Amino acid sequence: MNIVVCVKQVPEPTGTNQINPESLRIQRDGIDAVLDPADEFGVEAALQLAEAHPGSTVTVVSMGPANAIEALRRGALARGADVGILITDDALAGSDTLATAKVLAAAIKTVQPDLILCATESTDAYTGMVPGGIAQILNMPLLSFAKKLTVSNGKAIIQRQTAGGYQTVEAVLPVVVTVTGSINTPRYPALKGIMQAKKKPVAQFTASKLGLSADQVGEKGAKEKVVSWTPAETRQAGTIIKDDGTAVEQIVTYLASIKVI
Amino acid sequence: MNIWVFAEISGGKLDRTALELVTKARALGEVTAIVLGSSAEAQAGLLGEYGVKKILAQSDKVFEEYLAEPAAEVLGTLVEQHKPDLLLIAATYDGRDVAARLNVRLNSGIITDAAEIQFEGGKLKAVVPAFGATILVDVTLETNTTKLVLVRPKAFAAEKVAGGTPAQVEKISVAIPERAKRARIVENVVQASDGPSLEEASIVVSGGRGLKEAANFELLKQLATQLNAAAGATRAVVDAGWVPYSFQVGQTGKTVKPNVYFAFGISGAIQHTVGMKGAKYIIAINKDADAPIFKFADLGIVGDALKIIPALTEELKKRKH
Ligand SMILES: Cc1cc2nc3c(=O)[nH]c(=O)nc-3n(C[C@H](O)[C@H](O)[C@H](O)COP(=O)(O)OP(=O)(O)OC[C@H]3O[C@@H](n4cnc5c(N)ncnc54)[C@H](O)[C@@H]3O)c2cc1C
Ligand SMILES: Nc1ncnc2c1ncn2[C@@H]1O[C@H](COP(=O)(O)O)[C@@H](O)[C@H]1O
Repeated sequence: MNIVVCVKQVPEPTGTNQINPESLRIQRDGIDAVLDPADEFGVEAALQLAEAHPGSTVTVVSMGPANAIEALRRGALARGADVGILITDDALAGSDTLATAKVLAAAIKTVQPDLILCATESTDAYTGMVPGGIAQILNMPLLSFAKKLTVSNGKAIIQRQTAGGYQTVEAVLPVVVTVTGSINTPRYPALKGIMQAKKKPVAQFTASKLGLSADQVGEKGAKEKVVSWTPAETRQAGTIIKDDGTAVEQIVTYLASIKVI
Repeated sequence: MNIWVFAEISGGKLDRTALELVTKARALGEVTAIVLGSSAEAQAGLLGEYGVKKILAQSDKVFEEYLAEPAAEVLGTLVEQHKPDLLLIAATYDGRDVAARLNVRLNSGIITDAAEIQFEGGKLKAVVPAFGATILVDVTLETNTTKLVLVRPKAFAAEKVAGGTPAQVEKISVAIPERAKRARIVENVVQASDGPSLEEASIVVSGGRGLKEAANFELLKQLATQLNAAAGATRAVVDAGWVPYSFQVGQTGKTVKPNVYFAFGISGAIQHTVGMKGAKYIIAINKDADAPIFKFADLGIVGDALKIIPALTEELKKRKH
């Protein structure tokens, strides 16, 4: 099976994200970047499927700045993915979800995948629009919010999370699948994997090499524009007390004061 | 302004987000709701109570049998034909899948996660909370085609109009190609929970990893029953398999806006708090005096949740008698 995983480099999620006051984009310069933790689940799902279907290839695809190659190697190739594709190009900076889907779809097409895995949403932007966009461009079905995924007899079958439970959904390959954090427990990269990752091939593309003109991508092509931003109103802390055996009494008094009981 | 709302049907009923969206749409212009599903036409009454004058309804069970594509097909065709000024879609599971396809099909771009929408001098302006709602970003779409906006559930409160009458139903039958029938829903499993739903409960009692193990979550459910509350959870708890995903509150879970939100053994990561910060009163119980949740709890108790939960349940039981 030819499996593609879309992975993104994001600012260290435990840090505080900031907006660059000039570009009005997420501040990426001088901030530690990692493979999106949400994408570790897609990588793991791909590796497990490749193990179950010998002869498979796992290709990880990313669009990002040149240094995203580090996230590709450390976060995905070191865990066992076979090859990488990085689309990097100054013209791509500031791409919106539409442009990102176009770029990724064009790169993925070169691989002729049976299965494309993405996270349900990225940790920094969390739009969730990219995977469905890729599916639309490549004319594939989208199996979204998978908390379980199996592939057999040329079909992908998922358990899809819903607000009130789950659905079982199936489609004939090729398909795009988005995975949630409950699908598996990602493995840690082994030392051997980290060493091997350094030598694994990573193909690099620019937007124009993929046949996308500069006015379709990046800041220039973006239809969604940030106008301005303001800090959100923050809630103030109320009364904090240490439980000296009166916690229940305190809660009950408080509930009575706000007329809940 | 010609405002369209994709009024989603889920489980045979109009999704609550549909009423939130039409309420907002009313303030922006003339509202048309697009309703797709076996019970589409039957929604005219309820939508009318919320001020909708006209619905475009396609009654077909194909929308319940396949994911996203049939609905995206119909909406795409209709938008291309009628070119409304704005199409609002709720950021539900299905809404997101439909919107992602429309973004590409209409080559329109999209604003996601909008919490406020307005037209200023004919120009669309939406407010999107970013980075766990720590900042509010004003965004626009620089296009002259139909604007696509995915709206955050609970951003707008649903309000009826006085003397609303059933919406006029225009039946439509947009052709759905075979290609759109690929992601087939084989089974629909509803994990029933007792009591009020998370979205509707006026009290939510949530637990995090501080509850230590799955069995302790049962104590929390007993407290929820006493308070006629819904039980919620952090993703840490859901990922650990203690409770189903339908309990998850936060960025990738549900957004709740109850009167009172209890956080037991929850640290207060922004991905969680973004889903509950809209609560009127927040009561947090955590062993760690430095837990981030205490920075904005109205009542914070530094203590052991595993002792406080059962004791509080007992006290409330006593008071009832
Ligand atoms: C892309 C992405 C999306 C995410 N989406 C969500 C989401 O939708 N919802 C969500 O919740 N999280 C989400 N998360 C995860 C989030 O970042 C946190 O990891 C998670 O919310 C932490 O859950 P927790 O508070 O239960 O656990 P922890 O952070 O481990 O906190 C446990 C707390 O319990 C306290 N404690 C321990 N024992 C006791 C005791 N006996 N009594 C009282 N207190 C005790 C500890 O002091 C601690 O503060 C997301 C993360 C990412 C990267
Ligand atoms: N720049 C990118 N490079 C590679 N994959 C991406 C990129 N942006 C989004 N994706 C994929 O799409 C998923 C959802 O992202 P988003 O739509 O931005 O929330 C991510 O988890 C990735 O799998």
